[in-house]
Amino acid sequence: MSRLLLRAAYALALPAVLVALWWLASAGSTNVYWPPLRTILKTFPDVWTGQRLRDDLLRSVLRLLAGYAAAAVAGVALGTVVGSYRWVRAVCEPVLEFLRAVPPPVLVPVIMLFAGIGDGMKIVVIASGCVWPVLLNTVEGVRAVDPVLAETARSYGVTGAARLRTLVLRSASPQIFAGLRQALSIGIILMVISEMFAASNGLGFTIVQFQRGFAIPDMWTGILLLGLLGFVLSVVFRVVERRVLGWYHGLRAAARRS
Amino acid sequence: MLDVRGLRKVYEGSGRRVEAVRDLTFTVAAGELVCLVGPSGCGKTTLLKCMGGLLTPSGGEVLLEGRKVTGPPPGMAFVFQEYGRSLFPWMRVAQNVELPLRQKHLPRERRRELVTDALRSVGLADAAGAYPWQLSGGMQQRVAIARALAYEPRVLLMDEPFAAVDAQTRADLEDLVRGLWRERGITILFVTHDIDEAVYLGQRVIVLSASPTVVQEQLKVDLPEERDQLRTRVAPRFADLRTHVYEQIQAAKRGVPRGEDPVTTSDTPPPR
Repeated sequence: MSRLLLRAAYALALPAVLVALWWLASAGSTNVYWPPLRTILKTFPDVWTGQRLRDDLLRSVLRLLAGYAAAAVAGVALGTVVGSYRWVRAVCEPVLEFLRAVPPPVLVPVIMLFAGIGDGMKIVVIASGCVWPVLLNTVEGVRAVDPVLAETARSYGVTGAARLRTLVLRSASPQIFAGLRQALSIGIILMVISEMFAASNGLGFTIVQFQRGFAIPDMWTGILLLGLLGFVLSVVFRVVERRVLGWYHGLRAAARRS
Repeated sequence: MLDVRGLRKVYEGSGRRVEAVRDLTFTVAAGELVCLVGPSGCGKTTLLKCMGGLLTPSGGEVLLEGRKVTGPPPGMAFVFQEYGRSLFPWMRVAQNVELPLRQKHLPRERRRELVTDALRSVGLADAAGAYPWQLSGGMQQRVAIARALAYEPRVLLMDEPFAAVDAQTRADLEDLVRGLWRERGITILFVTHDIDEAVYLGQRVIVLSASPTVVQEQLKVDLPEERDQLRTRVAPRFADLRTHVYEQIQAAKRGVPRGEDPVTTSDTPPPR
């Protein structure tokens, strides 16, 4: 129990200091663009009512999850194919490197042309940005399957779908998760950016609206909420990763001890 | 049971052509425990992989019960030297042992029975819920052996399985293998570079030449069936046999051609 408290204290110490600094530094501020933290926090419950949370935050999050899930599925599936066959890799690698190098926000106007301006567009934008780290990391993970393990599987007749499920994807899962983690932060960025173009709701849209209407404290509350969302998502991600990759962390710890 | 006929394996790649195995012919009878020993780098692993259907030979063939081996045959199990890399680290011990049985589409009840029995045979009944990396090296290799046993193979191929464990564990594992062999009547082909191990374990020892590999000599081990680490290893006959194998391996390293036709000789050196 005391260890838990100590860990919580460690985790909360720096955020507490930063918030306190912000509070003190901005306390007497009369700058319109830099309102006191006190004002921002007081505005927060007024701005983020149940209605707004449902209309903006929830919609943003749903779009993010849809795009992220699509990217995860497509990235893992394509990455497994590319990683499994040398000739596919040889054909695809230059194209993948090029596509990866294109910054996804640039694609927003293009995607708008064929995906319209609705939820579909935003989901496509998020997915098109998230897919690269997942894809490239999956390729690396699938390529790195231990040859001894692969031969063991083969000698025991573990082939086809069972091989994919019990050997290839499990073995690549640490890399796949590394890709998913990168994709998550890219996804949040793209969620906001996609909502700044031709949107009528969502976190990004709301923040821009406040800024245009000079509702500066309201704008700041949106930024705070965005930060909180990112934090919550990364905590959830970590919990899932701990569960799925428990074996990997244990293996690494065992390797370090010996 | 197991026929190797004129086996040849040439590796080609990046302008280099390596003849790992030149011409190997030998047979293993059903229920036999045969040890293959040869100088380091003599293509033992290549040979075993060809026999297990993991590599395609460049020439010759391997027959298991009269049928040509073209891929990993269902009646054959493999135990690798690198135990740490041959167990699935994301599966618990019992799942590791069970995995090949799922591929055989055995009913759940039967699978559980086989897993429990195999783990008990290797003395790891308590470790079923552990992850492989929580176990010591020797225990991990026991899991690999249990996995092979649960598969109910007629032939067990073991590729230097104890090369990476410490000496005491190794002695235990040797006795374990001999015990399991006598108890279950599996045909075992055991590859090792350790002469003492080969003589201690085998009913017959096949000495391989240096690469490109041929059979240097075949030797019947006329030690009593009951062997134990203490008495067998100090028996004069054990010393004779190991000296003989040692000489053969030295000769193989120097590239001295063997005397008589090695395939037919299964004589033992005269007792001193």
